[in-house]
Amino acid sequence: MKQQIEGSQAVAQAVALCRPEVMACYPISPQTHIVETLSRKVKAGEVGNCQFLNVESEFGALSVLIGASAMGARSYTATTSQGLLFMAEAVYNAAGLGLPIVMTIANRAIGAPINIWNDHSDSMAMRDAGWLQLFAEDNQEAVDLHIQAFRLAEELSCPVMVCMDGYILTHAFEEVDLPTQEQVDEFLPPFEPVQVLDPQDPVSIGAMVGPEAFTEVRYLAHHKHLQALEAIPRISQAFQDIFQRSSGGLLKLYHTDEAETLLLALGSVNGTIKDAVDDLRAKGWRVGAIQLCSYRPFPLHALRHVVHNAKRVIVIEKDLAVGNGGIVSSEVKLALQGLPTLVDTVIAGLGGRPISKAAVIDTVKAACLEGLEEPHFLDLNWVAINRELTRQAEQRRSGPTPENLLREVGSADWKTG
Amino acid sequence: MSYQRIKFYQTGTFTVGNRLLEEGERTVQAQKDRTNSLNSGHRACQGCGEALGARYALDAVMRATHNQLVAVNATGCLEVFSSPYPESAWQIPWLHSVFGNAPAVASGVAAALRAKGKTDIRVVAQGGDGATVDIGFGCLSGMFERNDDVLYICYDNEAYMNTGVQRSGATPARAWTNTTQAVGTEPGNPMNVGKNLPRIAMAHGIPLVATASVADLHDLETKVTKAMSIRGARYIHIHVPCPLGWKSDPAETIKVARLAVESGLFPLFEAEGGVVTDRTPIRKQVPVEQYLVLQGRFEHLFSPRDEQALAAIQAMADRNIHLYALLPTEPAMGT
Repeated sequence: MKQQIEGSQAVAQAVALCRPEVMACYPISPQTHIVETLSRKVKAGEVGNCQFLNVESEFGALSVLIGASAMGARSYTATTSQGLLFMAEAVYNAAGLGLPIVMTIANRAIGAPINIWNDHSDSMAMRDAGWLQLFAEDNQEAVDLHIQAFRLAEELSCPVMVCMDGYILTHAFEEVDLPTQEQVDEFLPPFEPVQVLDPQDPVSIGAMVGPEAFTEVRYLAHHKHLQALEAIPRISQAFQDIFQRSSGGLLKLYHTDEAETLLLALGSVNGTIKDAVDDLRAKGWRVGAIQLCSYRPFPLHALRHVVHNAKRVIVIEKDLAVGNGGIVSSEVKLALQGLPTLVDTVIAGLGGRPISKAAVIDTVKAACLEGLEEPHFLDLNWVAINRELTRQAEQRRSGPTPENLLREVGSADWKTG
Repeated sequence: MSYQRIKFYQTGTFTVGNRLLEEGERTVQAQKDRTNSLNSGHRACQGCGEALGARYALDAVMRATHNQLVAVNATGCLEVFSSPYPESAWQIPWLHSVFGNAPAVASGVAAALRAKGKTDIRVVAQGGDGATVDIGFGCLSGMFERNDDVLYICYDNEAYMNTGVQRSGATPARAWTNTTQAVGTEPGNPMNVGKNLPRIAMAHGIPLVATASVADLHDLETKVTKAMSIRGARYIHIHVPCPLGWKSDPAETIKVARLAVESGLFPLFEAEGGVVTDRTPIRKQVPVEQYLVLQGRFEHLFSPRDEQALAAIQAMADRNIHLYALLPTEPAMGT
C-alpha cells in the first residue's frame, strides 16, 4: 500500500515484515528512528516472538546477533558511522563465521572532526570485511533491498549491509509502496541455516584455523561473493515477479546507450544526477548515469560491459582514501583496465555537504571541455584552506585545524551550494 | 555448606571425599554416567587449572541440564587449547566469536532460544580473567544488567596467559608478569590496583554470584548445579592456577589453589541479589607466605624478603577473612 512515510519508519516496517527473530540495537544518529520503531513493534507484539535487546554498545549489538544467528535465528540490527567502527571486530567475525545477519547502515561521516551528516566513509571502511553491501537510491529501494537482503544473506549464508544515506533518506518523508505480509512471505522463505548450535548434534563453530587451511577458508569467502554476483540480479528479478517493481540488482542504468560520458555514483545522489543528465541531454550532451547498487560484490564485469563504449566515466563519490583519492573510482579503473575510457574522481558530499544539480552539470562540462584534476574535490573552499595552510606554515602551535577552519568559513559564507 | 553432610578437611591427601559419600552425592566426575564436555586430547599445559575447572564446571552443567546446553567461549587459552581445527575437544555445541564479546554472544544465543521457544536449552559463556574483567567487561555488565538467562564462568588465572603472561585487571598485588616485571622500586604489579569482579557482579543485583576454586571441586560442581537451577544472569568466578604464568610446579596446582583459599586471599562465597548468603569457612588460616612462596611470580618478595609487601598482602587476606567471616568465630561484616 502506498503511503507518505519517513524512510526510517518504512524500513522498520519492511524489516518487521521479514519476521526477524532477534534484534539487538544501540542508538546512534541517524539510525535511531529505525530501532525506535522496531522496539515499539516488538513490544506491542506485532513481530511474532521476536526478541529486541537494548545493548550496551554496537560491538555488543552485533555480538548478540552472532550468537542468535549461530543458534538459527533471523537476526537484524542497524547502525552507522562511529557505531560501525566500534563493532568492526564483530563485523569481520560475523562474515568469517558465515552468519546471514542483515544490518542497515544509515550512512554517516566518521570523525574526527565529529560530524553526524551523510557520506559513505563508514560502510567503505568495512568494504573488505566480507559483507555484501547494497546501496539504496531512495526509500522505496531501501524498503525493497531489506526484503531482498534477508533472502540473499540466508541463501548464501553471508551477512548483508543495506546502506541508505543518513538523514537524506532516513529522515525524508516520501511516497513508499509498503508490501503486504503475504507478498513478503511468498518471497522470503523461513531461515534454514547451514550451521546451527544443536545439543542433539553438537558442532564447534569458530575454532582456530592455522596456515594449513586458512587460505582455503578465505577463498571460499571470496567465492561466496562471486556467487552473489549471480544471486543479486536473480533475487532482484524474483522480487520484481512478486512485487511488480524493479529494485536492486548490480547496476541501474539511466540513458547509458550511446552516452559518451557516464556519471557513476552510489545512493541517493543518483536522483540529482538523473536530473542533471536530463538537463544536459536536453542541451545535446551525450550523457548517461550508472547507479552502483551492489558495491560488494563489486560488479567488475557488468560495469565493464556497460561502460566499454563510453569515452569518460565521472565517479562522484562520498568518501575519500586520504592521500590517494577515490575508493570507488579505483575499483572502476580496475573494471575498465585496458580500455581507453577516462575515469575522473569527484570527491563530493563529505560530511553532509549538499551536491547540487548545478554543481554536477558544471562538473560534467568542466570534465569534458577542460579535464579535471585527479582527484577533483567538488565545491572546495580554497580561500579557507589556503589561509589555514599559511597559518600552519607560519607558526608551530597553529592550534586545532577543524576549529580554525570553522572560524575561517564563519556561518555567514558557509557554502551550501 | 548446606549440601555437605560430611565436611572434607583436605589436609595432606588429595583423594579424600567421594568414598565417604552416598553414591548420589558424589562428584559428577565420579558418576558412572559422567559426560565429557571437554574431551581428552586437548592441548592444555600440564597442571592447567583452567582445563580442570572447565571440565568440572561444564560436566556439571551437562548433568544439570540433561545435556541441553550451548557453550560460548571467549578467545583465550581455553579456546585455543581445545579447538585447533579440526580437532575440537568439545562434545557440546560450542561457539567462539572474539575476545571481548562472549557475554553478548551468549545473550544472543539465549535470545534466539527464547524466540524459538526452546528455553529448555541453557547457555553458558566462559572466558579467562582478561576476557572477563578487561576486554569483555562492557558486554558482561550489559548481560548482567539485562538479566539475560546466561551463566557466565570466569576462569581466573590472574593474567593474560595465552599471549605469554601479561598483566590483567585481575593480576594480584606484586605479582610478576611480563608487563609488570620484577624490577624497579616496587617490583611486580603495583599495590592497590585491579578489580574485584565478583563484587562488581554483585553490584548488578543478579540472582547468583559465586566464587569457586579447583581446590574444592565438589563445591565448584555444587555451585554450578545451583546456578543451573536459577534463571537469569549468573556469575561464577573460579580460581585456576596456571603453572606457566605463576611459575609454580604443575604437580602442585591443587595445593596452590587450596592455599589461596586457606590463606583468605581467595574467599569462597555465594551472593544472591547482591547479598552474600553463604561462604566456605576456613578451618585454620594459613599465612599468605605459604601460598606466595610456591610461585616464582612472587620470588622477588623473598630475595631479599620484602616485609612491607608481605605484610600488605597478609592484610588483604585478613580483610577477606573478616569481610566474609571465613573463620568460624568471626561475625560477618554485613556484606
